[in-house]
Amino acid sequence: MKELSQKRAVCAMPIAGSYRGIDFALSNMSNSHIRKVAVFTQYNARSLNEHLSSSKWWDFGRKQGGLFIFTPAVTAESNFWYRGTADAIAQNLFFLKNSHEPYVVIASGDCVYKMDYNKLLEYHIERKADITVVCKDMPAGTDVGRYGVIKMNEESRIEDFEEKPIVAKSNTVSCGIYVIRRRQLIEMIEKGMEEERYDFVKDILIRYKSLKRIYGYKMKEYWSNIASVQDYFNTNMDFLKPEIRNYFFKQYPDVYSKVDDLPPAKYNVGAHVRNSLISSGCIVNGTVEDSVIFKKTYIGNNCYIKNSIILNDVYIGDNTHIENCIVESRDTIRANSYHKGEDGIKIVIEHSDRYVI
Amino acid sequence: MIKKEMIAMLLAGGQGSRLGVLTSKVAKPAVAFGGKYRIIDFPLSNCINSGVDTVGVLTQYQPLRLNTHIGIGIPWDLDRNIGGVTVLPPYEKSAHSEWYTGTANAIYQNMDYIDGFNPDYVLILSGDHIYKMDYEVMLDFHKEKEAEVTIAVMPVPMEEAKRFGIMITDESRRITDFEEKPLNPRSNLASMGIYIFNWKTLRNALVVNAEQPSLDFGKHVIPYCHKNGAPLYAYEFNGYWKDVGTLSSYWEANMELINIVPEFNLYEEYWKIYTRSLILPPQYISAESVIEKSIIGEGSEVYGEVYNSVIGCGVTIGKGTVIRDSIIMDETRIGDGCELYKAILAEGVAVGNRVRLGVGEEAPNETDPNIYNNGMVTVGEKSVIPDGITVGKNSVIFGVTALEDYEDSYLPSGKTLVKAGEEA
Repeated sequence: MKELSQKRAVCAMPIAGSYRGIDFALSNMSNSHIRKVAVFTQYNARSLNEHLSSSKWWDFGRKQGGLFIFTPAVTAESNFWYRGTADAIAQNLFFLKNSHEPYVVIASGDCVYKMDYNKLLEYHIERKADITVVCKDMPAGTDVGRYGVIKMNEESRIEDFEEKPIVAKSNTVSCGIYVIRRRQLIEMIEKGMEEERYDFVKDILIRYKSLKRIYGYKMKEYWSNIASVQDYFNTNMDFLKPEIRNYFFKQYPDVYSKVDDLPPAKYNVGAHVRNSLISSGCIVNGTVEDSVIFKKTYIGNNCYIKNSIILNDVYIGDNTHIENCIVESRDTIRANSYHKGEDGIKIVIEHSDRYVI
Repeated sequence: MIKKEMIAMLLAGGQGSRLGVLTSKVAKPAVAFGGKYRIIDFPLSNCINSGVDTVGVLTQYQPLRLNTHIGIGIPWDLDRNIGGVTVLPPYEKSAHSEWYTGTANAIYQNMDYIDGFNPDYVLILSGDHIYKMDYEVMLDFHKEKEAEVTIAVMPVPMEEAKRFGIMITDESRRITDFEEKPLNPRSNLASMGIYIFNWKTLRNALVVNAEQPSLDFGKHVIPYCHKNGAPLYAYEFNGYWKDVGTLSSYWEANMELINIVPEFNLYEEYWKIYTRSLILPPQYISAESVIEKSIIGEGSEVYGEVYNSVIGCGVTIGKGTVIRDSIIMDETRIGDGCELYKAILAEGVAVGNRVRLGVGEEAPNETDPNIYNNGMVTVGEKSVIPDGITVGKNSVIFGVTALEDYEDSYLPSGKTLVKAGEEA
């Protein structure tokens, strides 16, 4: 994710103008009537914690259940950071042990999708699976080298699971969403702790793949991971397509996010906006084409912005040219600047002073 | 023990009949304003920004939209364990059950609510003005003057003073006399309908005058306090304050928001205005669109041209449609190839293709020329206008209309077309 993740964890990355990565997983959980959700965070959690400051936006402000946030802590037994995905669960195993719900859905916060986890659970129960992994067939020609690649038999049972393979055997990738019985998960995690194994994919999925009944659940709808700059850029640009907007914004169920209390977007004389998404709190004076503009951005007179993503609260001075860029949030771009991504996407990070005294 | 220094009572029960069909289904405070807000957001946000965390909202006329909007007060941070926002509709009593018959009567019927917080002061607000005001500064003034009643006033041009309740004060701002809509005003300080009372004073005045029919603050309670020698003071306010009680003033206040640096600025960090927003996605502007000098709410999709307009959330504007000087509220859909001039479209209106609104000769409205004027076309909520219709100026449409309701697909200027009782 390069420089963009200096500021925040990937799941706190702003998406589609008004959302953050984690909103999709949290909204799916809320809409699937999951009442108890734990979020494990470690890397650069400030931005994420700010976003999760209240659980009411996803309707998790409950007496029964609710939203729990687990950051690594120094305890009498351990003073480790989370050494892997399984270790994060292991260090908070009391939470799983004290719960009563029979099943656990594990999902990562860096994917953009809509899913009813109940359908996944029904499938899991019907197949009598030990673990069900949500997977997706990527279009032919996609470089699947940074995903977990899955090979299934005709009954959808997973025969092979390779994490980030150099040569992929199929184009079916794991979406990083799993369902598993709670007691089963506790058992596997405890075993892993004894053996000092910390990664959920490597040390549980791959290790148990022939021992346990692990099934794949194919997702046909839109799913996209945002963990690389190019994917992040493409995912945002996907929202310029009417069918994607219709799927996420118009069809039931909705995606929820923290409400920012910003005024409507304002277009002054001289604004020319074409095929773009503009978020609330923006003030546009210049030209914007084929771009996604996040909240509270100011675009000065005579600016030209094309094929770019401008993150939250950016100030762009007059006569600025921005093309094929991602502009980091809270940046101030001086007047008369020129930024163009020549081959690929350029990430613009500027720390100019916004107010000159 | 529960104790709040000052609580607010917000009068939100009125219909606001001068807004015509805009308030046929909702109370005036629930009417949409400025793209994504409702009028009541302004006093409610002022309350929380001033540190007033207990607000009773008195509702009576068409309260559904208002109730859903307020909910438990989350958008304004007014969801509190003690206090917060409470909606207070009229209720049945063992004897003398009645509707709220006047502004002060509504407060009289809710004295138990106020007593429950044991307040020293009660702030009376109305839900029909657009302004930002720090009520705490007004309270400081009230305390400093040792007043029992403080009335917020605003200097208005002398020639307009005859439209307001006018306060006459001495040098120390003590009110010596007042007159309602005087022909020859003796002062230009107009009452803004915002009062701070010592609860003891107000409670006594309400109990003594309980039998007065249509008990009203301006007509009965304040004159009573004055007559009894209670110190009344005028607190002068000089910021932006706009009554949006008529269609013209409502239209003007909306249009003032789209100026380059509006006098009433929603973009300031300080003194935010909060509202309940359900529609979150960004707005989409297509490759053929032109937008100039407008504000647009979340989740709207624009394929046409928009000039000098205020567009709400979740609005769709079709290809080739041109909108000028108009106000379009939430969830309204406008088809392709339409022309709209000076139109006010309430929430959830469906306009077909090739519809022209606000064209032709000026002609006064046949039924309510005092409400529908200034060349505006007003369309009530959830109305339907079929394809190919042309509508003149100063006209009104409300209800699900079909081609048969129009003569030659045309509604001339000044006509009122209301099909009551039908909804899409």
